[in-house]
Amino acid sequence: MRVLTIYLSEQKAEAEEQKELFEKYIGGDGVAAKLLLENCPKGCDALSPENPVILAIGPLTAAFPTCSKVVAMFKSPLTGELGESHAGGRLGAAMRFAGYGAIVIKGRAEHPVYISIQNDSVFFRDARSIWGISSAYTVGKILRGVEPAPGRRSLIRIGPAGEKLVRYANVNVDTYRHFGRLGLGCVFGSKNLKAIAISGSKELPIASRKKYSEAYRELYDIVVNTDSLKKYHDFGTAVNVNPLNQLKALPTRNLKASQFEYAEYISGEYFAENFLSRRVACTGCPVGCIHIATLQIPFSNGFEFETKMIPYDYELIYALGSLLGVPMGESVLHLIEEVDHSGLDAITTGVVLAWATEAYEQRLISKRDTLDVAFFWGGVEAYAKAVRNIVRQPNEFYKALARGVAYAAGKYGGEDFALALGNLEIAGYHTGRANIVGHIAAPRHGHLDNAGYSIDQKALKKPMKPEEVVDSLIEEDYWRCFVNTLVICLFARSVYDEDKIKKALDALGATCEKDFVALGKEIFKLKYEFKLREGFRLDKVKIPKRFYETESSQGMLREEEIKEMLRLYKGKIEELLCSK
Amino acid sequence: MPRLKVKNPERCIGCMSCVFACARIVHGVISTDRSAIKVRTTGGVIGSEFAIITCRLCEEPACVHACEYEALLMEKGGLKFEPEKCTACKACVEACLIGAITFDEELNKPIVCTHCGSCAEFCPHDVLEVET
Repeated sequence: MRVLTIYLSEQKAEAEEQKELFEKYIGGDGVAAKLLLENCPKGCDALSPENPVILAIGPLTAAFPTCSKVVAMFKSPLTGELGESHAGGRLGAAMRFAGYGAIVIKGRAEHPVYISIQNDSVFFRDARSIWGISSAYTVGKILRGVEPAPGRRSLIRIGPAGEKLVRYANVNVDTYRHFGRLGLGCVFGSKNLKAIAISGSKELPIASRKKYSEAYRELYDIVVNTDSLKKYHDFGTAVNVNPLNQLKALPTRNLKASQFEYAEYISGEYFAENFLSRRVACTGCPVGCIHIATLQIPFSNGFEFETKMIPYDYELIYALGSLLGVPMGESVLHLIEEVDHSGLDAITTGVVLAWATEAYEQRLISKRDTLDVAFFWGGVEAYAKAVRNIVRQPNEFYKALARGVAYAAGKYGGEDFALALGNLEIAGYHTGRANIVGHIAAPRHGHLDNAGYSIDQKALKKPMKPEEVVDSLIEEDYWRCFVNTLVICLFARSVYDEDKIKKALDALGATCEKDFVALGKEIFKLKYEFKLREGFRLDKVKIPKRFYETESSQGMLREEEIKEMLRLYKGKIEELLCSK
Repeated sequence: MPRLKVKNPERCIGCMSCVFACARIVHGVISTDRSAIKVRTTGGVIGSEFAIITCRLCEEPACVHACEYEALLMEKGGLKFEPEKCTACKACVEACLIGAITFDEELNKPIVCTHCGSCAEFCPHDVLEVET
């Protein structure tokens, strides 16, 4: 496959066939990690032109159901080390049909630009007329009017948060999907890069028409006609609100509690019954897990309404709902809309606002700091104002909030209840030990790397020793590093076992001779190499006291036990890094 | 003759499984272009509805009338395309207001729907149907 390198400073681009790279690392995570190590100078400032953005897909992208995602890698301006985020939408297929396995973006444009990639042509367009627009959605609408190939193009863009270098700004992908975490939007902003439009009309060869059709049909049947992915279609990820609440795992009011008395009113069921208007899908995925709510808001006595379409998912409902004590689905949707149009990561924004609310309660911050925003649990209007201030950064306090919760707490206090691990604000699972250890030790500090929350739930049924928990986490880490080379949507991870992956690759003539887990290990190693190079130390990560003060699904957690597990994990990593 | 029908366009989730099915099963490639069915976003009041663009097998097909070389014919109630007679004049493409016939620049031929129903078989949301 080809790698397209885009030089923003010189406004030029070149494509190169990188056969060996893709043979060795398959695609996605593996190729991106390798390209990041090669292209990101050690110790560079994440907001400098030296920090590259890597986008990568895999050999199954757009060829099989649910192989619809793209990996982005960069140095994170939020954590200062590995930045990795995945997104769906139409981007993966658009890259594939434009003929690129990976895109590397380097340098910084002299003034705001957007890049238009149409098959082999790369155009640099002046983006000054769309810089400063208050909503990432509007930017999409404008680009839809000027870019070719509706239906098969992808339009990815930043909102004002990215332009203003909020450290956790996201990149909006085709309106309803995102590169959400770790600040890719901020890196775009630092490069004066407003958007990328990409489309292609190339065809992919099939090694065996018969094998391909059979393999496709088998996978399609499992995805569509069995229960394996039904929950993602029916209620979507929001279905997790009620069960996690029952398990005492739903972080509530900045994790002062792990159960929310209004959970029912922000549950997947409540959203489906009251607001759900349609589902949409990423290109090539028949599941349709993207749930969109419609809100009708009256604005006059004459039966006039603003009609808003707002996508929702579990993590957004947790971060902008229970974590902020917001007791009604409608109010959560208002906040989601505010955050989404600004182009902010919803999880981090929720955690930052939750810390601010508690800091305000404890008088660590005053109205002088907040510019008269009076934070209180469930105070949606105050939160919406604060979101706008985080983007605008009119004073020191909001400048601090724009750098993430760990930075803000370092400056104003309240570190014991600043819910970040390794400088990344936490996802919504207070399930127990594996979740915390998994968050800290995973290559991108994400619950998405090793699903610690799932291991915790297994441990409820059958108790696990610390060694067993650590082994399960690492095993999952390795496997997902491999699956992410193919960039199969992780929702479908249960569908794609080794046998089916082999069949799929074989049908395309892209056979992988390597042992899958061994390759996953190798990629895990590459990512850790980058993390360590940029200064990450597993034993230096601080765990805020709040995690030990609030009951989890597994009861009260013990600091010694978590520390012990981190020691075990560190031992495993050292062993791996020393091995050849 | 079987006839493909866009039965419930509002139910479309935009997954493109139908597009990939046509490319894969009828044309033997992986592509979003070499397909007789297309799915596009249309913008509009509720964000992004999908337009499903495909041949409706008109009673009096304008494409057939437009073809001066008898490459497109109505036969037993179905549309028949004979590529060897086609001169790539694109008159059929221009005649169809729906845009159901697209022109494959690489093959230098129009892509004509055979109403085989492969796309409908791979629609997960009950949008397409084949009438027999």
